[in-house]
Amino acid sequence: MSAHPIEDHGLLRFLTCGSVDDGKSTLIGRLLFDTKTILADTLNAIEKTSQKRGMGAVDLSLLTDGLQAEREQGITIDVAYRYFSTGTRKYIIADAPGHEQYTRNMVTAASTANLAIILIDARKGVLTQTRRHSKLASLVGIPHLVVAINKMDLVDYSQDTYEKIKADYLEFAAKVGIDDIRFLPMSALNGDMIVDRGDSLNWYEGPTLLEILEAAPAAHTEHTEKFRFPVQYVCRPQDSANPELHDYRGFMGRVESGSIKVGDKVTVLPNGLESTVKAVQIGGVDIGEAGTEQSVTLLLADEIDTSRGDMIVKSSEVPPAVKEIAATVCWLAETPLDRARTYLIRHTTRDSKAKLTAIDHRLDVNTLEKVPAEKLSMNDIAQVRFKLAQPLFVDAYEDNRATGAFIVIDESNNNTVGAGMIR
Amino acid sequence: MTQRSTLSHLDWLEAEAIHIMREVAGQCANPVLLFSGGKDSICMLRIAEKAFRPGKFPFPLMHIDTGHNYKEVVEFRDKRAAELGERLIVRSVEDSMARGTVVLKHEGESRNKHQSVTLLEAIEEFGFDCCIGGARRDEEKARAKERIMSFRDEFGQWDPKNQRPELWNLYNARSHKGENIRAFPISNWTEMDVWQYIEREGLELPSIYFAHTRPVVIRQGAIVPVNVPLVSGELTNLPKAGEEIIDKLVRFRTVGDISCTAPVESDADDVAKIVVETATTTITERGATRLDDQTSEASMEQRKKEGYF
Repeated sequence: MSAHPIEDHGLLRFLTCGSVDDGKSTLIGRLLFDTKTILADTLNAIEKTSQKRGMGAVDLSLLTDGLQAEREQGITIDVAYRYFSTGTRKYIIADAPGHEQYTRNMVTAASTANLAIILIDARKGVLTQTRRHSKLASLVGIPHLVVAINKMDLVDYSQDTYEKIKADYLEFAAKVGIDDIRFLPMSALNGDMIVDRGDSLNWYEGPTLLEILEAAPAAHTEHTEKFRFPVQYVCRPQDSANPELHDYRGFMGRVESGSIKVGDKVTVLPNGLESTVKAVQIGGVDIGEAGTEQSVTLLLADEIDTSRGDMIVKSSEVPPAVKEIAATVCWLAETPLDRARTYLIRHTTRDSKAKLTAIDHRLDVNTLEKVPAEKLSMNDIAQVRFKLAQPLFVDAYEDNRATGAFIVIDESNNNTVGAGMIR
Repeated sequence: MTQRSTLSHLDWLEAEAIHIMREVAGQCANPVLLFSGGKDSICMLRIAEKAFRPGKFPFPLMHIDTGHNYKEVVEFRDKRAAELGERLIVRSVEDSMARGTVVLKHEGESRNKHQSVTLLEAIEEFGFDCCIGGARRDEEKARAKERIMSFRDEFGQWDPKNQRPELWNLYNARSHKGENIRAFPISNWTEMDVWQYIEREGLELPSIYFAHTRPVVIRQGAIVPVNVPLVSGELTNLPKAGEEIIDKLVRFRTVGDISCTAPVESDADDVAKIVVETATTTITERGATRLDDQTSEASMEQRKKEGYF
């Protein structure tokens, strides 16, 4: 559609995990700088700041310096989003802080990412935090992990060091069941193996970090997924000036998974009525079919009473209705989960009141052991069960991120207090 | 296993923005879309068409007019709203000044930051529970951590430490009476994405986005337009004594209050040329053209805390 004959490889969302000490900010700064995303005026500003702070070279980590409060405290307190483009692909980086108390930020950042870069300081090897980040990435279902062994310049670019860290990591990964992993050595500070190969890591023959990113699949999964279409909004124009629109009833939503085309047999949940897709449209224009992540409007052959919160699925792939869910929950709020209270669970476009019935165990994010728990506090991750007031139509999170995920809302202040993945 | 086709980056961004707008429509009782006639909000209108046609938009459009907006943009704003057949509400900073709720430090002070007051007054007047805006995270670093659904308290204040975590595409636009959500459907777009989208969709823009000759002075290194006609015909931004007026070929990268938006030198007179120029520029969008963001390093953050968009 574009006038430019450039190949478009879509958009990749990825996450960087690590602390400032691992060189995460420097890595992001380097990616932005080497892909020419940083413009001269921004560069001038950080040059000045670098000089003010008495640093010899330009400190690329300053590019990702955030809010005033954080600058004063010298830490990162929230997820920040950065953008760059290579001309063939657009990237969204979710920059999540690495401190232990910010598990919730990492889970938040990971929830929309399709790839995670786990940074390891070559001098320190696999640390508790490395294991924590990797486990969280795998819990949130990130399909591709890149383990970047950074600061190779500080270990004389030693291949032995690299191989040893890689072996350590693989041993750990096998235990927690992470399989799709790429490794690479790099120096974010000097720019080795990020965008350019540099001269110091000639023993490494694999792709640079950017080459890995360019080749990673943009779609969340290459599996064929079941069609899931939560209804966001119903369009009934009822325009008296236009009789053609008199009976128009468009179900608006995003194809969360799978695909749909005119003629497909569908079932509308929760009422379970069947119909056939009469039209697939964007903005009132017929497009015939739609795939995952497209926002469209569906018209059905039969008049079925449907509203926001309903879900349209293919009649051959109807998900079960459940009134109790077992899920891995990350608690996000400062106020701990209160077992006596009723919460609101938002799943796709559907809400249901919910009450906690059990905490099966909590995950110690440092030892990765399951431990008994009576309560859930901020940054805790636990396997729990909820009882629901309304039935929800769910898939297991590992099969379907969109219909396997939910958030927990505290109705007293409307805060989002928990994130859940149905197991 | 089948290989899935991947959406192009513009298709993906558009689908995300449509989804966000529909979430606002589905979750909020009385939302409004802020439309200034600027390029970002022009993209927002196209997204709203794709999201809601053949129906009407489930929200009116609103512009907070500083009274110091470029005539070409104001005219475009009115024309576009009329073409779409959607309701346009205009509330004016000058009315707030007349009420005494906005007091300028001096006559020439930029009215840009005072839009916050008028916006909050309009929110109260109409009882809006959500304002949909065209802000982007790449514009400025205080925006990099902004949520897609950003929560504001009863005073319209943004507290960076009290924002709701946003996971997957499960947006939480709930608010109690008096509180407010600001929704940003094109959060993930960059300036380049906006121009590529304008090109792809063939969107019409106010003429001042394209290269044109206008009288300017050079003030502290910035190109400052002078003798700018307002809608009333009155001239504003008069040159200071001793300044030399020159005619320059310029275009605007951002458009806002006349007192704080500066043009850049350019001969790009169509969208394709602007796309090329955007790809090769060495200055950021706000760095080049927003005189108000340069006051202090944290100035955008400060204004947002006070209720600014």
